[in-house]
Amino acid sequence: MNAGSNTFRNIDKPLLLIYLLLVVAGWFNIYSVVYDPENTGFSFATRYGKQMMFIGFALILGAAVLITDLRVFMQFAYLYYGIAIVLLLAVLVVGSEISGAKSWIKLGPLSIQPSEFAKVATCLAFSKYVSQPAMNMKRVRNQIAASLWFLLPMGLIMLQPDAGSALVFVSFVLVLYREGMSGKVLLAGLVAVVLFVAALLVNRYVLIGIIFLAVLALLLCNKRTFKNIVLAVLLFGLCSGYTLGVEYAFNKLSPHQQTRINVLLGKDVDIKGAGYNVNQSKIAIGSGGFAGRGYLQGTQTKFDFVPEQSTDFIFCTLGEEWGWVGCTVFLALYIALLLRILKMAERQRTVYARVYGYGVACIFFMHLFVNVGMTIGLLPVIGIPLPFFSYGGSSLWAFTLLLFIFIKMDTRRFAA
Amino acid sequence: MVIAVIFLTVAFIYWVRLFQLQILDNRYKIDAESNAIRNKVQYPGRGLIYDRNGEILVYNEAVYDLMIIPGQAKDIDWALLAELLEITEDGARERYKKARAYSRYAHSVFEKQISKEVYGKLQEYLYRFPGFYVQSRTLRRYPKPIAAHVLGDVGEVSEKEIASNPYYKMGDYIGKNGLEKYYEEQLRGHKGVKVVMVDVLNREKGSYKDGMFDTAAVSGQELYSTLDADLQEYAEELMRGKRGSIVAIEPATGEVLALVSAPTYDPNLLVGRIRSNNYAKLLGDEQKPLFNRALMAFYPPGSIFKLPQALIGMQEKVISPYSGFSCEKNLVGCHSHPDALCVADGVKMSCNPYFYQVFRRIIMRGKDPNRFVDSRLGLERWDTLMRSFGFATRLGIDLTDVKSGLIPNAAYYDRYYGRNQWAFSTIYSLSIGQGEIGLIPLQMANLASIMANRGYYITPHLVRAVGESRLNPGIDTARHYTAIDRRYFDPVVEGMYGAVHLPGGTARRAKIDSIVVCGKTGTSQNPHGKDHAVFIGFAPKDNPKIAISVFLENSGFGGTWAAPTASLLIEKYLTGKVSASRRWLEDQVKEFTVYTPENL
Repeated sequence: MNAGSNTFRNIDKPLLLIYLLLVVAGWFNIYSVVYDPENTGFSFATRYGKQMMFIGFALILGAAVLITDLRVFMQFAYLYYGIAIVLLLAVLVVGSEISGAKSWIKLGPLSIQPSEFAKVATCLAFSKYVSQPAMNMKRVRNQIAASLWFLLPMGLIMLQPDAGSALVFVSFVLVLYREGMSGKVLLAGLVAVVLFVAALLVNRYVLIGIIFLAVLALLLCNKRTFKNIVLAVLLFGLCSGYTLGVEYAFNKLSPHQQTRINVLLGKDVDIKGAGYNVNQSKIAIGSGGFAGRGYLQGTQTKFDFVPEQSTDFIFCTLGEEWGWVGCTVFLALYIALLLRILKMAERQRTVYARVYGYGVACIFFMHLFVNVGMTIGLLPVIGIPLPFFSYGGSSLWAFTLLLFIFIKMDTRRFAA
Repeated sequence: MVIAVIFLTVAFIYWVRLFQLQILDNRYKIDAESNAIRNKVQYPGRGLIYDRNGEILVYNEAVYDLMIIPGQAKDIDWALLAELLEITEDGARERYKKARAYSRYAHSVFEKQISKEVYGKLQEYLYRFPGFYVQSRTLRRYPKPIAAHVLGDVGEVSEKEIASNPYYKMGDYIGKNGLEKYYEEQLRGHKGVKVVMVDVLNREKGSYKDGMFDTAAVSGQELYSTLDADLQEYAEELMRGKRGSIVAIEPATGEVLALVSAPTYDPNLLVGRIRSNNYAKLLGDEQKPLFNRALMAFYPPGSIFKLPQALIGMQEKVISPYSGFSCEKNLVGCHSHPDALCVADGVKMSCNPYFYQVFRRIIMRGKDPNRFVDSRLGLERWDTLMRSFGFATRLGIDLTDVKSGLIPNAAYYDRYYGRNQWAFSTIYSLSIGQGEIGLIPLQMANLASIMANRGYYITPHLVRAVGESRLNPGIDTARHYTAIDRRYFDPVVEGMYGAVHLPGGTARRAKIDSIVVCGKTGTSQNPHGKDHAVFIGFAPKDNPKIAISVFLENSGFGGTWAAPTASLLIEKYLTGKVSASRRWLEDQVKEFTVYTPENL
């Protein structure tokens, strides 16, 4: 049997369709941002022109992945990972600085963002490592060892500093959970986030009092054995120490980061300064109303009221021009993408493919979570692209590569 | 499974949040409007005002208001802005704070009436001041600094005016006085709105929805006034340093040719930014230049009142045109002159005892044996006839704030002395225009007009036509007949002719060789100081073209200054110039002053 025809017959059509829908919708969205009623001629010099070229290349890239032997990706996963790490190190030295972060390497006319490809390489290497037969993710030692695979690039990206891209690597924790890590880790993470916010909003003594009562209540609900009492005391000490640590760390942050967090928490309302982006973003989305202003009719997004319009704040255009209806469709489409990937991951015969699939889904999810959360004022302003929607070649190609390697894996699901 | 739930939960939370932002909360829609949509009010040009010969009295000059939307002002270089506007930096910040306190989203005026020069500089830097934009406005300008009291002035609407008329918004201009106020609706035109989109750098990005919501501004209509700019200018020149009023009317039409209240002021002083300062200055001036004496000052008319007295006497047949009375100075004081043998003589020489007798015959006719009752009946009849001259009546001139004057009637004296407590002997000073009578200078000119028309007047007015189609703005052009028969006017007019042209006349200084002038002088006693001088007259005698009143406060005998002032104006109007042989008179009149005018 011809491997090629087999591949194309086994391609997951729904996923491919969702991908194409997102990419095309994304392009129309960028067109709307750049659209100038006075100058309607098409030009490759504009952002929508360039994005069209990026998309064209992305499709070629996707097709190339599909006809490439899967072993090219799987066997050399560690090599790619190594290259990615080298690039991440290199960018710290030779990278060009754009808006305060050294994230880009300029190679002649081409600018690439190593952190985008690090996502793909890490996903591949992490999956390979975790899928080793000797690995048992229920074991803490193995969990820690696996975590190092994503913590290393994450740390390097933090040094650029690019908090958004670094944050994406946290999504691998979800994959670890799928592979056997205790749910308590996720719970602890959730508690940590809640305590983090609370530490900044609530008076420290009140907060420690609340923690004490909560721990006491927990103790009362369980058997009051000596061991539980000791655990409760430890828990109380840990939580209290953590909140004080957060407070301390917050005061060590640079002022502009402090303001960003304060604005988000509603402690700071300076809409001229740090809150400007978010406020304008909310205005743009809010003004969309139920059905939106209509395609190409957005006033907020078109006249540059929202900064970073075509990249990080691309969701505003969607919200303004298509309204709540459009946002609903967008969220539905995205959820369809994520759930489809999860469903496909579960049907994989190899652990490698399954872990990889979960990695892909979680990376996409993290982008959606952080990017949209930021534009609607639920999360702090962290620069991170919205997959398939934000303008830019590097991110589009990285996401395409990420997704199509998985699609390729999926075509081999019946193989022995 | 748990991971899918996490995905769905986050998506759901975002979905609800979007619902809240986009549907529940209206705040963002309003913010978006103020962000990107700007309603630019298009202020129409105010209507121009022309004189009767098509000369422009009032035109508009473009100025610019710098507007601010405080919510959009971001990273402003206040020092640069202050420098451009020629104000202090602290002042600029102060204005920003004030505007912000008023509203963050609505526009406020940041700097009013910027000149073209400053605007030129500012324009280059405007892109550096997001939240600021410029709105063009117009100010009134007066090529000749004349007719301030007639034209009136334009100022910003007061809160009261905003409250009473929804057309006006904060910062709009409205006529405050004069024709500007009376014809406000015609002059102002209609404001338009241009809805434009702007980007974050304050650059206009074209019209919103292709101008679907735009309305064009409609310019105000022109006023074609009846004033003669040259005559008005000349009259003001002659009145310099004097207090009083000149009103000239074309008798056949009631059109006011000139209307002066002295002292007057340059109307350019009450324009734009300098208005409030100058207004306060004028208000504090002890000569009261803002007070329009022509329409608001009550004066006893003095001897010019003998004209209607004579007419009423003949109409009531208590005298005939040929009645003569000796000059009995024990009745009432008089100057030395031969006895008047007829009405024309009485008028010519302005004999006080003559009119004492005439008035006594009008008031006391023996209709009742009781002299109190008899006087009352007589005065009631007299009052009715007197009012037909437009006295004690608010003449319907097209200006606001016109007084009606006072003619005392029976009820008035009853109130003052008690019913049947007064008789002719109480009120005889009315006979020579003294006592409780009050006329405004406009009514005096109207009397001259009645004399010129021999029996009727047309309500004096200042505007002939409005707008391109030259419509009548609702002016009453009907003849208002007095209660006096036409035939009785001739002897009185003869007297007026004699006063100017014949020996023994009191108004000889009004004589012009080339024009037949009819006139009557008056001297109005004034308890507060020197007598007021008055002259009314018309010319030419046949088919008169101009009727005039000149009232000079504290200037003595009417023949001395009031009569020659009037004659100069008559000559100027009818011949276009003052002849060389009368330059000396002109100089004399100009030199005579009752106070020293200062230059504002």
